[in-house]
Amino acid sequence: MSNLLFEAFTYLTSNFDTFLALLREHIVLVLVAQVAATVVAVTAGILATRNERVKTWVLSGGNVSQTIPPLAVIALVFPFVGIGFNSAVLAMWVYALLPIITNTIAGIEEVPESTIRSAEGMGMTDWEILRKIQLPLAVPVIFAGIRTSTVMNVGTAYLAIFIGAGGLGDWVVTGIQLFNNPQILAGAIPGALLAISLDTVLGFVERSLDTQTTSGGGGAAADA
Amino acid sequence: MSQHAIEFENVRKSYGDTLALDGISFSVEPGTTTVLVGPSGCGKTTTMKLVNRLEDPTDGTVKFEGQDVQEVDKIDLRRSIGYVIQDIGLFDHMTVAENVATVPRLLDWDEERIDERVDELLELMDLPPAQYREDYPRELSGGQRQRVGVARALAADPDVMLMDEPFGALDPITRDNLQDEFLEIQEQINTTILFVTHDIDEALKMGDKIAIYDVGEVVQYDTPENILENPATEFVEDFIGQNRGLKKLQVLEVGHIMSTDGRIVGQSWADVRSTGSVPAEVATDESGTPAHVAADQSTETALSKLVESDGSKLPVVENGSVVGTVSVDQINDASSEPKEIVYE
Repeated sequence: MSNLLFEAFTYLTSNFDTFLALLREHIVLVLVAQVAATVVAVTAGILATRNERVKTWVLSGGNVSQTIPPLAVIALVFPFVGIGFNSAVLAMWVYALLPIITNTIAGIEEVPESTIRSAEGMGMTDWEILRKIQLPLAVPVIFAGIRTSTVMNVGTAYLAIFIGAGGLGDWVVTGIQLFNNPQILAGAIPGALLAISLDTVLGFVERSLDTQTTSGGGGAAADA
Repeated sequence: MSQHAIEFENVRKSYGDTLALDGISFSVEPGTTTVLVGPSGCGKTTTMKLVNRLEDPTDGTVKFEGQDVQEVDKIDLRRSIGYVIQDIGLFDHMTVAENVATVPRLLDWDEERIDERVDELLELMDLPPAQYREDYPRELSGGQRQRVGVARALAADPDVMLMDEPFGALDPITRDNLQDEFLEIQEQINTTILFVTHDIDEALKMGDKIAIYDVGEVVQYDTPENILENPATEFVEDFIGQNRGLKKLQVLEVGHIMSTDGRIVGQSWADVRSTGSVPAEVATDESGTPAHVAADQSTETALSKLVESDGSKLPVVENGSVVGTVSVDQINDASSEPKEIVYE
């Protein structure tokens, strides 16, 4: 076993340039899909909290997006957006929506009724209540959703290779076809480490956003 | 121009088939505290919400400083009226200072003026700014949170404050302290206050005027003294509850019933005590020193001091000099039932 790990490490170092290129492709895929998903899902989540019917649509849309396997999404969309990067990002984007949508809704709805009522009574407009009260209070929860879907998509991005969008999946899939175990591991282990480190970093950011628990002078960046 | 701060003219409010307010009319004088009191669901909170248009009347008019509130922009109106609720509703992601600064920020005051105002209010609320400015609401006790809530409502110096059971969620001791402090603060700020509570004792203590609600209507609108003296209906009598005599003592100031003749009246209280010329019948406290009350203290306090000692008279002191004396007999007369009541 340790022998295999050593061989995987040797494979990685002797193909280091290729590794960096694949890793870069992988990260770019996750990043683009994630940023796009965050923008759309947070907006959809906010709209959902304003209107019950919109909420039903948004949540069922989000549920469907989570249920369809990314490969099926690719199969459905590649006739329109072609093979490669775009199809892969689209599939990952769809897959990333639900956790962010549900957390945006939960975060906003968790704001106590009395807080909203006093904000209203003091003469804040709906927009001011959203911007100054609901969103700041919901940010830690929303961010938790972004974190969950980011970690999920580090895994999903391995499928991008099937549509020619590169990423670490290249080594894993080629390795499987060639029965080259060191190559499989050299592709898989960095992905796992990437997921773990993103999770840790985002978790740290998430905690620092939660001003209610980081009281005191330190986290004064609350006034958004 | 109108001399009334708030006027309700035949206001009705219904939700579907349910009638919440059935034609209420009364006006609130500037600088006074008017308490709306009644059982749950009687419409007192709805009445309050009509003032800052969290609710709109189905019928009738509500006037704020002489103007129909329906003609005023909702947002501007709310920013010019202080609002305190039972659950306080502090913004947990903002510091105490940021919370207090809410309305001034909405009104675009410059930062320097906001800072000064925040410090001034925290000072007034007995929350030293140096210590509490940067705290988050979760770090404060219930009483402190409610003080911040009141400071926040006062921030833009509103002419009118709406307080919806502001002390309702606090323990009795904290509530009592806050009520006392608030009465003192109210003398300094001279704001018109509309105060909702379901507690008749709180109403009697805080109110210059009290509006007693039965379901959907005001059954009596009068001063605490008059309400205790002449309850308009059986409902009011029941609502005031037992010990009407004792309650009257709580609202009656000693100055109103004291007798102004006597050997020591007109002298300085310090002189009377230092020369040892305190009359023998004067009450003493538990340490044996002669007791006294202030003219604006309640008759209940005077009675308690008299009962605790064996003296029969209590000097009433105002600005350092003795202005009168009060005895158990006088208190007795003041608290007795009105003469027209016939016992069967």
